[in-house]
Amino acid sequence: MVDTLVNFGLGALVLTFVVSLYGIGAAVLGYLRKQDNLLESARHAMLLTFPLLTISVTMIVILLLQNHFEVSYVSQVTSRSMPAYLKVTALWGGQPGSLLFWSWLMAIFSTMVALRDWSRDREFMPWVIIVVLVTLTFFLVLTVFFENPFARLWAVQNAMGGEVVESLFRPAGATLFAPQDGQGLNPLLRHPGMLIHPPMQYLGFVSFVIPYAFAIAALITGRTDTRWIRITRKWTLWAWLFLSLGLVLGMRWAYDVLGWGGYWGWDPVENAALMPWLTATPFLHSVMIQEKRGQLKRWNMILVILTYDLILFGTFLVRSGVLSSVHAFAASPIGPLFFGFIALTFGVSVYLLTQRWDALHTDTQMTSWFSREAFFLLNNLFFVAILVIVFVGVTYPITTEALGFVGEAFPSVSHIFTGQKVTVGADWYERATGPFWAALIFLMGVCPLTAWRISTMKSLGRNIWKPTAVSFVVPVVLVAVGMRNWLGVFAFWLTALVTAVTVYEFYKGAAARSRRNQTNFFVELWKLIGRNRRRYGGYMIHFGIVLMALGVIGIEMFQTQTQATIGLGESATLGEYDITYDSLAEFDTADNRNVARAVVSVYKDGDRVGELYPRRDFFYESRQPMTIPGVRSTLGDDFYIILVDWQPISTQRATFKLYHNPLVNWLWIGSFVLIFGTLVAAWPERENEAVRTAAHETRAAVTG
Amino acid sequence: MRNLRIWLLALLVVVAVYGAAPPKVVLAQDNGPQPTPSDDEVNAIAREMYCPVCENIPLDVCGTQACAQWREQIREKLAEGWTEDQIKDYFVQLYGDRVLSEPPRRGLNWVIYIVPGLAFVVGAYVLYRGIKTWTAPVVDEPESEEMADTGAEEKDEYISKLEEELKKRG
Repeated sequence: MVDTLVNFGLGALVLTFVVSLYGIGAAVLGYLRKQDNLLESARHAMLLTFPLLTISVTMIVILLLQNHFEVSYVSQVTSRSMPAYLKVTALWGGQPGSLLFWSWLMAIFSTMVALRDWSRDREFMPWVIIVVLVTLTFFLVLTVFFENPFARLWAVQNAMGGEVVESLFRPAGATLFAPQDGQGLNPLLRHPGMLIHPPMQYLGFVSFVIPYAFAIAALITGRTDTRWIRITRKWTLWAWLFLSLGLVLGMRWAYDVLGWGGYWGWDPVENAALMPWLTATPFLHSVMIQEKRGQLKRWNMILVILTYDLILFGTFLVRSGVLSSVHAFAASPIGPLFFGFIALTFGVSVYLLTQRWDALHTDTQMTSWFSREAFFLLNNLFFVAILVIVFVGVTYPITTEALGFVGEAFPSVSHIFTGQKVTVGADWYERATGPFWAALIFLMGVCPLTAWRISTMKSLGRNIWKPTAVSFVVPVVLVAVGMRNWLGVFAFWLTALVTAVTVYEFYKGAAARSRRNQTNFFVELWKLIGRNRRRYGGYMIHFGIVLMALGVIGIEMFQTQTQATIGLGESATLGEYDITYDSLAEFDTADNRNVARAVVSVYKDGDRVGELYPRRDFFYESRQPMTIPGVRSTLGDDFYIILVDWQPISTQRATFKLYHNPLVNWLWIGSFVLIFGTLVAAWPERENEAVRTAAHETRAAVTG
Repeated sequence: MRNLRIWLLALLVVVAVYGAAPPKVVLAQDNGPQPTPSDDEVNAIAREMYCPVCENIPLDVCGTQACAQWREQIREKLAEGWTEDQIKDYFVQLYGDRVLSEPPRRGLNWVIYIVPGLAFVVGAYVLYRGIKTWTAPVVDEPESEEMADTGAEEKDEYISKLEEELKKRG
């Protein structure tokens, strides 16, 4: 049974690898010989990748579900006591499975792009196929040759006695070895947020390969008009949505599971996921300039290339082990391969870009510093500045460690190149990036009110005075009720400004139409959004970001915390909250956990508002503790308790860490608004075809 | 052109003010009899430290036994009258610079303290050069296609632009 499943899955995996190689070859040959049937064959190869990898993935999932611990990967990430849904998600719970899962998602997009209507973009096709399949092939090489999830455990007899080895194929004289039970999934990953987070993150990663592929195709074919941007507009939006969702789910997971009262620790792994987002977001904005004004062709190419390579870089950081030590990186073949592939794709992309540098010359000129284009550029500048900061923060500890050899070779500079690993913590990131985030929020408020080409202070002033006036209500009220955190007041004013501008934009359009057509305001609002979904969807996203900013401000500027050791029946205080320690129970569960669960009464301003149950789970299999906070969550604030320590057996005294996190719920609410806005903007529409045809005709007219 | 400079300047001031005052966690007090020094005093130091084993988890929130022992050591040192800097130095002597949440400001480490400002300045310069070379007085281009420039007196124009925009898409 195991043999059949493994052979089937492995066979499909290897076949996908061969098919991908064939697809690349056929596309190259088809292009060189101008043979359409070869190109068509390459396209079919690309179509085939998804069904083939689906077989492979299905086999692994069956192996996981049926506890076939003879398969090394299965024994590493599952155990008998795990429920079925966790066994399925264990697919992306370890290195080999993650790489296969990555490839599978990539194959979904390969197949989708193969199925699109190519009739008007025939010249792009060979290059899109090549870029997509080369990327897929790279991941397949890693999966097939280095981190194969189908490797099995074998008992081998040798001179030293017996030992268990991991191998794809049966070593001479070996028998299949099946451990009694597996090691189980890392307990930290057993959370709904973590179950959906990796798929979303990976989807965001792989879907960005498509815009990159079209960009490279545009560079190679020299068709450097806005066509590639128009084709990939929706892909980009969807990719951005997945990237954003991946980030938000990761934050939620950290908040619920990591037990340190926050949602974002500027951990290198988090930063690895953030970096592509930091280039994807300005890309979404600056492509609009290229569409509207024909400018920034070079810059958009740079952004899409950066995004693609940052995605590879992020995967490299997480997957190669380089983060724990430079030496771990060299120990695994994955690291150098990734490094080589990033260098190769980046080098080739930059080379192609320089070849087309002149062709990407901007047709129109910028007319004013005071225009929407200029503000968009400022937005780009801030995003890239944050990217540079994060990049330096992530790579600096690796660099100092790696540069140790310089100090060894030249003792005179050994005090500079110490080779010591350093830590770059959250405070540094917050200080360095904080001003840029604030500036971006400010731009979000001003930008929608500026005009393309040229604005004047007068026209901007005329547009902005009403929303600005309204927005000042917020700081005035805050100061009136006694807030003296001036930075906080300023931050809240910024969010109020963006909210007012956004609402005003909707109101202005709908009110004008409803006055003129003598129709209902809300009907007109509905029509307005429906007929320019990209624009108004974009404003909804802005609004979502503002709501999320409220949560960020709440935690970053107004979080309070305390830690107290109290006896049974005693209480501890944090601000307007009191807790009393009622009891604590320790018990073992059926799924091999030891749980210590405290019961704590929560009082707000003296009134009892409920009970919380902060917990510490200890997983016997992996010998890992997990801290699960007790959280009382309202729209205004979260009261978050962690069980830090307790007196064993007697449970007379326990140590709790209390956090008061104002407004943090708006972070999650805002993310829903963001999803909704992106769906409004990205949902496929019928009129798209008409616009495309029109664009095509214009182009045909120009070239013909 | 001058307008934008004023705006940029204003923005820089905002950035500077914001950057100069990093938010700090407020510690609440008054929880009845606590060990001396209190957990909060210990955590105030621990939150700026990392143990070499638990990567990327600040010492004040790390749940492992080893980290709990480090916190107890901090408590003992505090009780003996050590200052925050002395305690940090003690751990640096034993385990290296990596126990600090930020690299000490010396040698190569200056890189990460200079980069954020430098990133902005270089970016702003590139942007300035870029826009300056692109900007040329082009007067005879068609009207702006978006409808941002509207005042009460231009309602009709606004409406017609809005309609035009919507028609183009529909």
